[in-house]
Amino acid sequence: MPSLKDVKTKIGGVKKTSQITKAMNMVAAAKLRGAQSKMEAFRPYAEQFHAAMASLSAGTGGARFPLMEVREVKKVELVVVTSDRGLCGSFNANILKVANRAVAELEAAGKKVSLVCVGKKARNFFRKSGKMRKDYIDIMGTFQMFNARAIAQDAAANFLSGEADEVRLIYGRFHSVALQRPEQTTILPIKPIEGEAGGAAAPASQAVYIYEPSQEEIMEVLLPMFLNVMVYHSMLEVSASEHAARMTAMDNATRACKDIINNLTLIYNKTRQAGITSELMDIVGGAEALKG
Amino acid sequence: MAALIQLEIVTPKGAVLSEQVEMVTAPGYAGVFGVLANHAPLLSTIKIGNLVYKKDGRDDIVMVSGGFCEVSNNKVTFLVESAERGSDIDVDRALRAKERAEKRLAEAMAQKEKIDRVRAEAALQRALARLKAAGKM
Repeated sequence: MPSLKDVKTKIGGVKKTSQITKAMNMVAAAKLRGAQSKMEAFRPYAEQFHAAMASLSAGTGGARFPLMEVREVKKVELVVVTSDRGLCGSFNANILKVANRAVAELEAAGKKVSLVCVGKKARNFFRKSGKMRKDYIDIMGTFQMFNARAIAQDAAANFLSGEADEVRLIYGRFHSVALQRPEQTTILPIKPIEGEAGGAAAPASQAVYIYEPSQEEIMEVLLPMFLNVMVYHSMLEVSASEHAARMTAMDNATRACKDIINNLTLIYNKTRQAGITSELMDIVGGAEALKG
Repeated sequence: MAALIQLEIVTPKGAVLSEQVEMVTAPGYAGVFGVLANHAPLLSTIKIGNLVYKKDGRDDIVMVSGGFCEVSNNKVTFLVESAERGSDIDVDRALRAKERAEKRLAEAMAQKEKIDRVRAEAALQRALARLKAAGKM
């Protein structure tokens, strides 16, 4: 039987932990709102960009661009995007698991793998693997386009120089506050973008477009920007997912704390009761002895 | 009253402007071009510079950095990496950026570093466009 004082101290400790987790939950909720509003703001840009790319690539079907060149894949680069901080449940672990499996599969297929790690968690995980080519840390919370551009430009340069024949992006996709899933997409070579089902109408209006400069040259400018858009998008997704995951994790932790406190309080009361009972027994016993 | 055209400026951080205007002048690939109502469909890349739009007889300036512009159905959409209205520009910051970019450019020229030079040039262009948009040059 634990002593009364021990149990009391323990209850105090758990209470303090629950205060911290509760605060973290609220902070994560506020940050999630911020990240979500950034995503909302970014959506029209991304959508219009896609639409323009689709109408452009429909017109330049025959032309070849270095960033779209499909080569035999011998060297693959994985850009792994995770958060900088932990305490967000299994969010980062899930991304890293997918990344690790991808590395194993690619190597089993005899391909050379290099890694670019975005976020501290990815860096720390792959630091000792010897495959890490570059890492970017402490940039997740900033939502700056130029950070995404640096990553995209570096990946593009690596692809163009032949150091990698394929570049994949592994990140945590934000489906909802309750659901975030790791996702893997190939960003280089850039796949031709298919227009929507209404593509039949597009060629008609296509004929009258004035291009300045030529369609091909516009594509040359837009393709790297498109890469930026993809990388930036993944960073926004990871940010939102991170905060959502942390919110859930901290909510669970707060609830677990409450359960523990309930159990401990029960033990505390039982111990107290037992103490009182045994004291009473003593008194009664003593009184009986005096009588005798 | 002149016919109007819908002007939209969209950046990764959200829509900056959405207004009915009389005329838009933008820094295109081949030089500054103007767009009036009922312009033919057009797709052009945009350089760092100042976009001017006329509304109710008044000219307003927006600084834009690289991107592209699409004109169709009497609507002109600018998709640019950043856009700032002349009145929102922090002049001190732009001045500091200009000095920094000039210094970097001089250093890069001295060392013949191509990437640094391109970057410094772009930064300088942005700073100059900002100052111009703010009416300080």
